Amino acid sequence: MAKSNKPIVWGPFAAGGTVTAFVTPALIVLTLLVALGATPELLQYDALLAFMRHGLVEVVAAGVVFVSLWSAAHRLRITCYDLGVRADTLVATVVYAVALAGTAAAIVYLSRL
Amino acid sequence: MGERQVELEVLRYNPETDREPHFQRYSVACREEWVVLDALNHVKETLDPTLSYRWSCHMAVCGSCGMMVNGEPKLACKTFLRNYHGVIRVEPLRHFPIERDLVTVIDDFVAKLTRVKPYLIPKEPKSVEAGEYRQTPAQLKRYKQFTLCINCMLCYAACPEYGLIPDYLGPAALSLAHRYNQDSRDGGRGERQEELASKEGVWECSFVGACSEVCPEHVDPAAAIQQVKIRSTLDWYQEHLMPWLKK
Repeated sequence: MAKSNKPIVWGPFAAGGTVTAFVTPALIVLTLLVALGATPELLQYDALLAFMRHGLVEVVAAGVVFVSLWSAAHRLRITCYDLGVRADTLVATVVYAVALAGTAAAIVYLSRL
Repeated sequence: MGERQVELEVLRYNPETDREPHFQRYSVACREEWVVLDALNHVKETLDPTLSYRWSCHMAVCGSCGMMVNGEPKLACKTFLRNYHGVIRVEPLRHFPIERDLVTVIDDFVAKLTRVKPYLIPKEPKSVEAGEYRQTPAQLKRYKQFTLCINCMLCYAACPEYGLIPDYLGPAALSLAHRYNQDSRDGGRGERQEELASKEGVWECSFVGACSEVCPEHVDPAAAIQQVKIRSTLDWYQEHLMPWLKK
């Protein structure tokens, strides 16, 4: 029996799930802090902007955005199948395309910082 | 040690006379501490000797008496009547063809189990004189929980993917294959991988997790499948992106 090529889509999905499990709670805490007006010195806009402009940070940020979006897309694809939408190729094409478009947009924005 | 009157609704099917399965009601005087299997045995002994079901050990070891109790996959010998109120509905395990009454046809599972080679394939032959294979407690711990599987097939009845895709290898076969892959004495992962890494192997699993919830032996097949997915993914990257690292 031939080995499946599923790892191509599953690898970024698994990586994305792991990354978002760490990144999402941190983002929620930071957002709440900002909303409450308790922004630490280190996280002021100017400091963060300078941090994000670093080439290596931009690459990592683009990677995080890619695996997060890909993970969500893959989850949605499986959910569609479980909910009875059996047009898997169509669903997969649409959700992965959205994830790739989002990643491309993030790269554009990051490069314009 | 009180008594209670239990209403059982049991699925009956005789392939020689019935066109369709149907339910039959039995009112059974049961003891408070009985399990569903005791009630079925009581029915067979006193009310209806034609009732067919599988059982053997009555102590959650043999894995024969898996059936649906009020829609959930359960071992009849481990399911206490006192935890149920009203009519108790007993049906054969879901996702398997019915042979007769509560007896299912399990050929599909047995064939899949055989395909994944659930036995030790030694790394290299070793003579008896050379002594035993030694293993540290840490090495044992890596696979021990997966040895507890009793092949009761409750996980197959619980798995929605197996219901949708009958070719899927399924939780027990995959976690038993993983049990041998994880064994430090074993060298058969490459052979098993042909089945495990195929589309019908781990990749039909969408990580619903029902297998681990219903397992009467507290094996975690969902975790085994996830671990195989990770290993298979690393294999794939190695085979396709780093072909010079051939094993």
